[in-house]
Amino acid sequence: MPTIHEKKFVSGDPSKCIGCTVCEYACSMEHEKTFNPTKSRIRAVRLNPFVNLAVACRLCEDSPCVAACPRDALSQSEETGIILVDEDKCNGCGWCIEACDYGAIQLHPETKVVFTCDLCDGEPKCVEWCPEEALDFTTKDILAQKARITAVKKLFQEALKSEK
Amino acid sequence: MINGGVRLSYAKRILYVDLTTGKTETKPLKEELAKNYIGGIGLGMRLFLDNSKEGADPLSPENPLIFITGPLTGTMAPSAGNSYAVVSKSPLTGGINESKAHGFFGAELKRAGYDAIIFTGKSEKLVYAWIDDDSVQLIDAKHLTGKSPQETEETIREELGDWYVRVSAIGEAGEKLVRVGCIINDEFRAIGRGGMGAVMGSKNLKAVAVRGTNDVNVANLEEFTEFVRTIYERMKGPATRKYRTLGTPENVLVLNALAALPTRNFSQATFEGAEKVSGEYLNERYVKKIIGCATCGMRCDHIALVPEGEYKGTTSRVEFECLWALGPLCGVDRLDAIIEAIYQCNHYGIDGISSGVIVAFAMDLYENGIITKKDTDGLDLSFGNHEALVETIKRMGSRKGWLGDVLAEGSMRAAEKIGKGAEKYANHIKGMELPGFDLRTLKTAALGFSVSFRGACHLRSGAYSPDVKGKVDRFKIEKGRGKIVMDGEDLYNVVDSLILCKFSRGVMYEGLKDMAKYYTLATGFKMTPEELIKAGERINNLARVINIREGKGTREYDTLPWKIMNVPVPDEGVAKGAVVNQKEFDIGLDDYYSVRGWTKEGIPTPEKLKELGLGNLVSIVEKKIGSKN
Repeated sequence: MPTIHEKKFVSGDPSKCIGCTVCEYACSMEHEKTFNPTKSRIRAVRLNPFVNLAVACRLCEDSPCVAACPRDALSQSEETGIILVDEDKCNGCGWCIEACDYGAIQLHPETKVVFTCDLCDGEPKCVEWCPEEALDFTTKDILAQKARITAVKKLFQEALKSEK
Repeated sequence: MINGGVRLSYAKRILYVDLTTGKTETKPLKEELAKNYIGGIGLGMRLFLDNSKEGADPLSPENPLIFITGPLTGTMAPSAGNSYAVVSKSPLTGGINESKAHGFFGAELKRAGYDAIIFTGKSEKLVYAWIDDDSVQLIDAKHLTGKSPQETEETIREELGDWYVRVSAIGEAGEKLVRVGCIINDEFRAIGRGGMGAVMGSKNLKAVAVRGTNDVNVANLEEFTEFVRTIYERMKGPATRKYRTLGTPENVLVLNALAALPTRNFSQATFEGAEKVSGEYLNERYVKKIIGCATCGMRCDHIALVPEGEYKGTTSRVEFECLWALGPLCGVDRLDAIIEAIYQCNHYGIDGISSGVIVAFAMDLYENGIITKKDTDGLDLSFGNHEALVETIKRMGSRKGWLGDVLAEGSMRAAEKIGKGAEKYANHIKGMELPGFDLRTLKTAALGFSVSFRGACHLRSGAYSPDVKGKVDRFKIEKGRGKIVMDGEDLYNVVDSLILCKFSRGVMYEGLKDMAKYYTLATGFKMTPEELIKAGERINNLARVINIREGKGTREYDTLPWKIMNVPVPDEGVAKGAVVNQKEFDIGLDDYYSVRGWTKEGIPTPEKLKELGLGNLVSIVEKKIGSKN
C-alpha cells in the first residue's frame, strides 16, 4: 500500500517561478496537441512582478474534489494519487471545482467535463520544459526535508562558514 | 475552427473596428499577403498602406491604428509566441511608424482568432474595445479617464470578472495627445516609440482588452516542438548571457569606455557618474527579481526596487535605453531617481527614451538661457537636478503648464515653438528622439539612424553593432557602410515581422535559415531563407514608399541632429574632436541609396519596386521622381 511518502506531484517553487506560462503551453501541447493555456492542467499566476506561482493538483489525501462529486465521477488512484475522471459520469456541475482550494481542477472548455493533472504517466512535461527549474516532481516528504535543511543551514550559517 | 478553413499559426482573419460608427466586421487574411509580408511590422505596414489615405493628419480619424500579431504568436515559440506590433502614421515624424511589445497580450489576441485589428475613425466618447473571442464590443471608459495603463488594466480585469483578460492601454498622456505617448500592456511592456499612444488617444480608444480561448495550431507539431526545444536550450547559452545577467544596462560602461555614451544632451560623450548608474551597480543594489514574458526561456526583465530614501518603494523594469535617457543624458547619476523617472513614464504612458531626450533638451535650453525660470514656473532645470527631471516628466505626461504642454509636442516641434535657435539642441531624426548611442563616435550607426524609416532608431538596422564591436573604423563613414546598414535593415525587418524579440536574435544560430524553418513549421507555408530576406527588402521599400507618399521619404529627411554635425566631442581621449561632416555623410547616403537601388534623392526606382513585387506602388514614386527632375 503506497503511502504519502511515495506519491509524487508537481510543485512550484515561488522563489524561482517567474510566471512565464511555458508550463501551460507544454501541458496543452502534450495533452491536446495544440497551444492553448485554457486547456492546460497547470496554470501560472502572476500577482505582480515579484509574486509568481504555477499551480497544479497537489494530490490531497481524502481529496475534497472526490468527496464533493455527487455523481461518483471522480476517484483517486491508490497507486499514484492522481484524480481520475469518469467522463461518462461527469456532467460538469463544478462542485469539485468549488471544493478545490487551489483551482487545480477545471472545466475543459471543449469537452465540458472536468480535467486535472495526470502527471503525464510519471514524466510531467511541465517540469521538463520549465526554463527556471521552478517546478519539482516531488513528494511532500521530500519538500519537508528540503525545508528543514534550508532552515538548519540558515540557523547555522556561521558554523558552516567556519568549517570551510 | 474559424471561417471553416484550417487555421494554423495564422488566424487568417482581420478584424475591422470603425470607432466612429461602432461597426465591426472580419475579413479573411489573403494568403499571398501573409507570405509576402510575413506578419508583424511587414504585414502591418502593408495593411496600413491599403487602408489609409495620403496626407491624413496622424491625430485625425483618417489615420488607421493597426494592432497586429506575428505568424508565430500564440505558439510556444520562445519570444515570438508572445508578441504584437502596432502600426500607424506617427505624430512625431509624420511618416510610417511601427512598434513592438512582448508580454502576454499578443498571444491572447491571436487566440481570440485575429491576425490584426484595424481601428479606424474616432469614437465620440472615451471607450475601450472588449474582444472576447468572436464578440467585439466598445465599452464606455469614462471611469478610466486619466488612469494609468496599469490602473486601467486592473480595473478592466476586475469589471470583466476575468483575471486572465489581457489589456493594452494608454495613460493620461495618450488621452491628452502627448506626441510621445505610448501604449502599455502587461504592466510594463510598451509599444514605446513613435507616439502610438497619442494616435490611440486621438481615437478616444483607452484600451484594448482581449480574451482568447481558441487553439493555436502549427503545421508540423512534432518538428516544431523539437525545434522549439532546441531554441529553449540555446537560450540558456552564451547568446543570451547579457540579457539574463546584467541585462542591457551592461551597455553603460561599455559605451562610456568607447566615448559613445551621450551625456548632458550630447554635450559630452562620457559620463563621470557612469559607475553609479552602471548595470553592475544596478544589479547589486536595486534589482530584486528577474522575470520574463510568456513562452520565453530567457529571463530579461530586471525588476528594480528602491530600498530607501525619497523614492523608497518605487518599482520599475530597467533597461539601458531609458536608464541612459533619464540618467546620463540629463546628467543624473542617481539610480533611485532614474527608477522613479521610469516609473513615472510608465504611469503617464510616455516613451522613456523620447521623454529623457526631451527633458535633456529642456535642460540644455535652460543652461543656455533660452528658457528661464519664468518659463518653467520656477523649476531649476539644471543638468543633474533629479527632482526637476521627475517633475518635468509629470508635467509632460499631463501637459501641465507651459513647459509640460510645449515639451509634450516632442523635441522637434517644441524647438520650433520656442525658437531662439532651440532647434540646435533638439536631438531627433525625422522628429523622433535619438536613442543612447553617440553618433559622432559610432558613424555606421549615424548612417543607419539617419535612413531609418521611423526616425532615430537603433533597432531598425542594429548599425551600432559593427562600430561597438570594432568590425569597422567607427570614426569614419566610407563606401561599404551602405551595404552594412541595408543588410541590417532587411534582417531586422524579418525579425520584426516574425516579431522575434531582439534580445533573442542571437539564438538563431543559423540566422535566416532558422527563421525560415520556424516559419514553415508553424504556418505550413514553405519559406526559404532567400525568400525571407527578399521579404525584408520588400518591407523596407514599402516603408520608404509610404514615407514618400506622405512627403517625408526623400533625401532631405535622412538627416542628423545639429550637434552631431557641428559640435565635436570635447572629451579627452580617443574620441576628442569627433564629429560627422557633411562630406562623409553624403558619401554614406550615396552609398546606401546606390546599394538599395534607389535614386540619388533616395527614391526607390520603378524597376526596384517591380523586382520586389511592388509594381502597384510605382505611381507613387513616379510622381516624386518626376517632380525632382
